[in-house]
Amino acid sequence: MARVIVDVMLKPEILDAQGQAIARALPRLGFSGVSAVRQGKRFEVELDGPADEAALSDIRKMAETLLANTVIEDYRVTVEE
Amino acid sequence: MSAARVGVVTFPGTLDDQDAARAVRHAGGEAVPLWHADPDLKGVDAVFLPGGFSYGDYLRCGAISRFAPLMEELIPAARAGLPVLGTCNGFQILCEAHLLPGALMRNAGLHYVCRDQGIRVENTATPWTSDFTEGQEIVLPVKHGEGRYVADPATLAAIEAGGQVVFRYTGGNPNGSLNDIAGIRNEAGNIVGLMPHPEHAVEDLTGAPSTDGRAFFTSILKKLVNT
Repeated sequence: MARVIVDVMLKPEILDAQGQAIARALPRLGFSGVSAVRQGKRFEVELDGPADEAALSDIRKMAETLLANTVIEDYRVTVEE
Repeated sequence: MSAARVGVVTFPGTLDDQDAARAVRHAGGEAVPLWHADPDLKGVDAVFLPGGFSYGDYLRCGAISRFAPLMEELIPAARAGLPVLGTCNGFQILCEAHLLPGALMRNAGLHYVCRDQGIRVENTATPWTSDFTEGQEIVLPVKHGEGRYVADPATLAAIEAGGQVVFRYTGGNPNGSLNDIAGIRNEAGNIVGLMPHPEHAVEDLTGAPSTDGRAFFTSILKKLVNT
């Protein structure tokens, strides 16, 4: 049983209007010193078996085809210890 | 002679399929309902992917719809030349399916925008726009929260150079789209996607800002009858 995390973020060159709105809201709430915020998605994928190379290869395929739109987003796969 | 048959796809959450079917009939065609779960194009001559919130826009707009059983038939048929028009959510689905380049993202102003929108027709070399003239200024309704067209610089340069920008916003960009892009086509020209709604602008009776949407449907019907 393993849990694999897929983090999906907009590519750096893509304008993140939602992240900007969050960054603008922070000073109003009294938080200072934040220069930028970017918003992304986190997927927690529970596996029936271990997070071996075959399973990770499948998860990368999932990320490529569904979890991320690679036209605008990058993804990162990590195994949760 | 039997009328040209235009398939109108319904996904769970599609909203504009009835207007789309009505617009097809208004122009003299036969509207054929296509169901997302049924992998059967029913021998239609063209397909209209209407707007709405298919599959609740879960994950990303159009991301789940792209894998619907019907799409398994539609994607290869479109690649082989079947004329396909996607409006609003239909445009998002075409981009997610990689039938059109680029992607549609949250409006730069973050607000849902619903208004009558000026649009310039940039390309008439498609089966959906042949009844327009190049440079023609039209007005269509827009209504979307995620209509900001984006593509990487190389893709953007290629579609601009290749005449693949079919529609551009005029009189103010409603969503922050790159280069004011409102609609594009694939290289071959048979697949067109746009955020505005031609199917809501075919009859004066409905209070539409224009009847400029009619030309989409007369274009495709002429094309189908003449081939």
